[in-house]
Amino acid sequence: MKYIISEIRQGIFRNVSMVISVVLVTFISLTFVGAASLLQMQIGQMKTYWYDRAQVAIYMCSDVSPADACPQGEASDDLKAAVEAKLQSDTLSAYVEKFYFENHEQAYATFQEQFKDNAVAKYVTKNQLNETFWVKLNDARDSKIITESFTGVAGVEEVRDQRSYLDQIFSILNAASLAAIGIAVLMLFSAALLISTTIRLSAFSRRRELGIMRLVGASNFYIQLPFILEGVVAATIGSILAGGAVLAIVQFFVQGYLAQSLPFTSFVGLADGLLVVPILIGAAILLSAAASGLAIRRYLRI
Amino acid sequence: MIRIENVTKQYKGSARPALNSVSLDIEKGDFVFLVGTSGSGKSSLMRLMLREDVPTSGSVHVLGENLVGIPSRRIPYFRRRLGVVFQDFRLLPNKTVAQNVAFSLEVIGKSQGFIQEAVPDVLRLVGLDGKADRLPSELSGGEQQRVALARAIVNKPALLLADEPTGNLDPATSQDIMALIERINLNGTTVVMATHDRGIVDRLKKRVVELKHGEIIRDEVGGTY
Repeated sequence: MKYIISEIRQGIFRNVSMVISVVLVTFISLTFVGAASLLQMQIGQMKTYWYDRAQVAIYMCSDVSPADACPQGEASDDLKAAVEAKLQSDTLSAYVEKFYFENHEQAYATFQEQFKDNAVAKYVTKNQLNETFWVKLNDARDSKIITESFTGVAGVEEVRDQRSYLDQIFSILNAASLAAIGIAVLMLFSAALLISTTIRLSAFSRRRELGIMRLVGASNFYIQLPFILEGVVAATIGSILAGGAVLAIVQFFVQGYLAQSLPFTSFVGLADGLLVVPILIGAAILLSAAASGLAIRRYLRI
Repeated sequence: MIRIENVTKQYKGSARPALNSVSLDIEKGDFVFLVGTSGSGKSSLMRLMLREDVPTSGSVHVLGENLVGIPSRRIPYFRRRLGVVFQDFRLLPNKTVAQNVAFSLEVIGKSQGFIQEAVPDVLRLVGLDGKADRLPSELSGGEQQRVALARAIVNKPALLLADEPTGNLDPATSQDIMALIERINLNGTTVVMATHDRGIVDRLKKRVVELKHGEIIRDEVGGTY
């Protein structure tokens, strides 16, 4: 044991610059991995948060609706009553948590509020904005039932699930995290190559010693252990740094900045970060053990 | 102890085999000189007995192991049962005399207690007591070879393979080393020694196996060079 520890120490000091580069490359690549997994967690969290609040909008026909959807023009009170009755019917009420009706005045008020600083607010008139039934479902995934029940019904211009807007945002975030994972995989690959080169150099500089070890009957395990541990130690240092970086990102950027400036969104917290750290360290240990094990193999051939 | 049957060793890219249908039997306790000019096949034969190489055809049995079929993970365990010395000593330059000897015990997992007992004993046996803390570079060639011998026999091996152990030493020092190897042999260790040294072979009157062009041309008990 004493022998193995002193061998690792010697190995690390022998090519300190290579070891530093292994540490840095694993550090950066695993930070990418960590950031990407945090982003995935964030997407998951936002999905549950926003899907929960997403509603289905049943837009009623207005004066300016296209004629193919609304041949009769502005939806009459009878048609609106029919939609309301259908929402309250036994078949649908099981899925509907609640719904409310938004008339032209309310729609106009909301629009003016949302587009307060936009020029379009000046040109819009009340009658251009649809009257809408906003339907909140017990389970947002059941939106299809509402869509299918009301599409094509007289007086209904369009049924729209708000989740379709959210999905666009999530697919952008998802693509970003996939890109981060792609970069991370590439960098992890180069980290593995770097580790095996480092170990190969280390073994080459000790090849005389290795020859003598083989001669006196040291087992392969005994010969390769210091080299494998040398790679593992370097990569583990890198992964611990990466874990620290991930926690710092969560603490100072996400919680310290994002959460302050966007108070209505829930963000990943330190608990999620702490979940990622052991994964990073485990990945580093496995990767470096495999890379250095393969690298040293050549020198073990008897 | 050693049984070599119809062994042929053909290296890639050379027309003539390094060993051509060689058969050799060595009994327990024997002392055998392998003699012959450079390129006669001595070293190839030594490498086969150490399982550093396998023959192209034929069989090699050493210490009861079939060295042709032995799985590679068992080779270290085979090597622990024999000792080896070389012309170039093969000591670790950054370790002291005692550490060099202890190294061969450490790598096979002997306890520190055993090592602390065995190393001074064997250093006394080879006449190096008092030099345990020197580095190899601070020793003469003869002393370095004594360290190598100490390392080879500290495990009490049944077989000692010596590949020109006196090749780098002056005649007087060679005699000291040979006296030591004879003593090791008298303690029951089988010795196989490849050598160029006519004087040593003539003086010791042991079994002599002469190789030429990869074939055994003489196998004589009590022979000379």
